[in-house]
Amino acid sequence: MSAALIVLAGLAGWEAIVRLGLVDDLILPAPTQVADSLWTDRGLLAPDLATTTWEVLLGLAAAIAAGALLGIAMHVSPRARDALRPLVIGSQAVPVPVIAPLVVLVLGFGLAPKVLLVALVCFFPVAINLYDGLRDTDADARKLLRSLDATRWQTLRMLELPSALPAAFTGMKIAAAVAVIGAVFGEWSGSDAGLGHSLLTANGQLATARAFAATVLLFLLAVALYGAFALLERRVVDWTPRSTPRSR
Amino acid sequence: MQTEVEAPGVEPRDVAGGVTVAAVGKAFGPVRALDGVSLRAAPREVVAVVGPSGCGKSTLLELVCGLAEPDAGAVEAAPAALMPQRDGLLPWLSALDNAALALRVAGVGKAAARAAAHAHFAAFGLEGFERSRPHELSGGMRQRVAFLRTLLAGRPVLCLDEPFGALDALTRAQMQRWLADALGREPRTVLLVTHDVEEAVLLADRIVLLSPRPGRVIATVDVPLERPRHRTDADVVALRERALTALGGEA
Repeated sequence: MSAALIVLAGLAGWEAIVRLGLVDDLILPAPTQVADSLWTDRGLLAPDLATTTWEVLLGLAAAIAAGALLGIAMHVSPRARDALRPLVIGSQAVPVPVIAPLVVLVLGFGLAPKVLLVALVCFFPVAINLYDGLRDTDADARKLLRSLDATRWQTLRMLELPSALPAAFTGMKIAAAVAVIGAVFGEWSGSDAGLGHSLLTANGQLATARAFAATVLLFLLAVALYGAFALLERRVVDWTPRSTPRSR
Repeated sequence: MQTEVEAPGVEPRDVAGGVTVAAVGKAFGPVRALDGVSLRAAPREVVAVVGPSGCGKSTLLELVCGLAEPDAGAVEAAPAALMPQRDGLLPWLSALDNAALALRVAGVGKAAARAAAHAHFAAFGLEGFERSRPHELSGGMRQRVAFLRTLLAGRPVLCLDEPFGALDALTRAQMQRWLADALGREPRTVLLVTHDVEEAVLLADRIVLLSPRPGRVIATVDVPLERPRHRTDADVVALRERALTALGGEA
């Protein structure tokens, strides 16, 4: 409720600043102009939104698969942990804008480089949160399974993985929120479709309102993806007593 | 009183194992948890281990369950099932699946394990709560699910680590009576760790009193009383006082 008020107040102030001529609307279009562009340019923007959404979904799927494998491998095998951890952490130090053109150079202008860049941005929070979640298993429950002579695999399947699910979802929600970054940099480095591409061309044509409209769509895409994972989490992790959420 | 608790194929192969702990010592780094502790539980005997917090009671159970090796002395025990201090129920499993956990780990199929666990639900007062998650159960019910899981592990020895420590006084009294009944129906060798002397007198055949860290055996008290026992029985009160005095008289 109050969040909506803050946004409304911000938009009203922004609108006023542009309408009063305090800034050139070529540099900063008013919210109403952006909204107008969202509607009138929908024929241009919709296919771009579809393209970027597809890239992000594939990238996220790849990131979750890779992140899960890495997280589990690092948990199960100390050797794998020692070998992989520096690489996993180091991978996050690589600036995406720097590596994006190289990835496009190698993988071409198609879908593959975007999916890879999204996955590169997203696998880290999944892997690290899952790894921490797996290590964080209740000591008593661990003792119990050991006393039942559970195998390593049984302990993982019956105890550690379910117990790590909430942490894994935290990782996936973070990944969902940052996924579009990878897609946009991928599109900037070479593409003829997608919201990132749309941003570039709109900037080139001084169609600032359309550039803002594309940004709004990216924003909404990230929010929607995050929401989807939050919803999924509620359905899957249904064993924790929750204080009933009132208004959101 | 005949209670039907048959579950073919999953009952213990041999419920007549005993436990012998001989001059056992165990340290964790510089902290000595147990020092020269000896105790014996004959088959189907309930032995309570009583002592103040941090006297190595839980460590003793871990040794008996084979979760750790003693630094000194020897532990000779038939296969033992552990009921950890805070019930150890898995929050994502239903009451039925929690009770069936030991069977699942032992390789029993899902349907068969559930059927075997369910056969006990009525006798355990859990009927109607098969699908409830642990957080939806009362403290007493959680303990009963945990105890059923421990029982279904099919081991001759049960190691119960302060099974009622987290319960309110009323529920605890109910559960003590309930456990006495349950053991009457399904006698097992039991090591019952508790800091509640009265609980020990009510439930055990013998009480082993441990000193504060490092845990040493102060005294062993036989409880030759008929069952059922009541906390107000003169013999129970007398034994409780004797045990408390031996522990250092913090009555």
